[in-house]
Amino acid sequence: MDETAAGASAAAVFREERGRLLAALARRFGDLDLAEEVASEAIEAALVRWPVDGVPPNPGAWLMTTARRKAVDRLRRDRAYAARLAILQVEADRAAPAADGGGELPDERLELFFTCAHPALAAEDRAALMLRCLAGLSTAEVARAFLVPAATMAKRIVRAKQKIRQARIPFRVPGADELPQRLSVVLQAVYSIFTEGYAASAGPDLQRLDVAEEAIRLGRILCRLLPGEREATGLLALMLLVHARREARTGPGGELVLLEDQDHTRWDRAMIEEGERLAVAALSGGPPGPYGVQAAIAALHDEAADVASTDWPQIVALYDVLMALAPSPVVALNRAAAVAMRDGPQAGLALLDELAGEPRLRGHHPYQAARGDLLSRLGRYGEAAAAYREALALAGTEPERAHLRRRLHDVSGPSH
Amino acid sequence: MKYMLLIQSATSQPSEPCAVEEWIAYDKAVRDAGIWVSGHSLADLTTATTVQVDESGDRVVTDGPFAETREVLGGYYVIDVPDLDVALDWAARCPGARGGGAVTVRPVAEF
Repeated sequence: MDETAAGASAAAVFREERGRLLAALARRFGDLDLAEEVASEAIEAALVRWPVDGVPPNPGAWLMTTARRKAVDRLRRDRAYAARLAILQVEADRAAPAADGGGELPDERLELFFTCAHPALAAEDRAALMLRCLAGLSTAEVARAFLVPAATMAKRIVRAKQKIRQARIPFRVPGADELPQRLSVVLQAVYSIFTEGYAASAGPDLQRLDVAEEAIRLGRILCRLLPGEREATGLLALMLLVHARREARTGPGGELVLLEDQDHTRWDRAMIEEGERLAVAALSGGPPGPYGVQAAIAALHDEAADVASTDWPQIVALYDVLMALAPSPVVALNRAAAVAMRDGPQAGLALLDELAGEPRLRGHHPYQAARGDLLSRLGRYGEAAAAYREALALAGTEPERAHLRRRLHDVSGPSH
Repeated sequence: MKYMLLIQSATSQPSEPCAVEEWIAYDKAVRDAGIWVSGHSLADLTTATTVQVDESGDRVVTDGPFAETREVLGGYYVIDVPDLDVALDWAARCPGARGGGAVTVRPVAEF
């Protein structure tokens, strides 16, 4: 193994540890930059020392002590900085009793989740910060996840961290009255990472499994930290139930395979079972939340032997619940597609036409693709071709465009 | 940490402006909490005058605000609270945040 490979695998081992370390340091010093710097230095020190001295009995405490020592060194060098941080530290110590008594380090990553996904930060920066600070990705990796140049992402992360420090966004779990609203912002950020992986917004590939898996990893951490929050469970269930179909979603050439044409034997049964267990938990013991309902819809698709035997009435009923909980034009679009399966293409098309004026669907290629499908099933090939052409102009990835070109070709053939 | 709450009212008031009693109650709450640093409400926008000094040092005085804006600064508070979340809570309690108005929270720069 060469040196970079050794470094990379060690970095992977420390990724989860790094998140915990960073959270504890950020909370202690109220400064994400300082926390990142000394967390990295402590991990580097561990990579040098542990192979020689042996792994300490409590690796987490060793890393924390080392990082704190490095932070103190840094503060001694920079007096002005120290003066500012001293105030923060006194306040942080008052808020959180110090945990230096040995034993397990307290897990303060939940605080960091709420800071990264603070509503005072730009929506696109919340997901980026989570990947950087909690999933432990490098800035270059975060940039690749969102398909932006590394320099652009670096600027965005620096700006977001600057706002956290200068506007003093706290490292704190919100109180009970605020928690539901704030938690939904956290879940939204995790889900936006997942959807970017599941359905890339641009580029050569339809799905980017590594990005989706980072979102699932974050979802698992959140569920461990908030075992009683059913929507956190629901989000993890939803991601697993969708991700379970990943191998069947693309053909050998990377082309898009629609749900109705997928080879069910390639679905990940173990992941479906785990997702279903979590979906049941998410929908038990209280009123349903939007992620729990979406997980239930995904579970119905996963359980069906094929499209014909799918329980479409139940899926439409769940979309009705979802429209009541979290109405959006995209949910209405998915509901219309389910109605078309239950009641026929004419009924679905009527619902789609009602959505024609929605600004949020104007640049949304699945809307035009769904119209094209229903129009072609009704034999209205000319209108179907027009809809596919519009979808083609809007689609972001090459496999989606290839799929739409095939559809367009089918409805434009000489027989029509 | 000090934050300025800039109370913006919409130029086209969609609903009834807040009752004076609400403002009095809010002002009292801010002072009772011991976080009040300063604050004023501003007279009507029609009384505003803008001053600019051009390159040759001449004073240019014009009637009204410098640019047309959809929102008008109606007043401000400076409060001293531990962090942004507390500042946002006070902004949300401000009567100026309701009825189509908005409160912008800006940290005061410390040098």
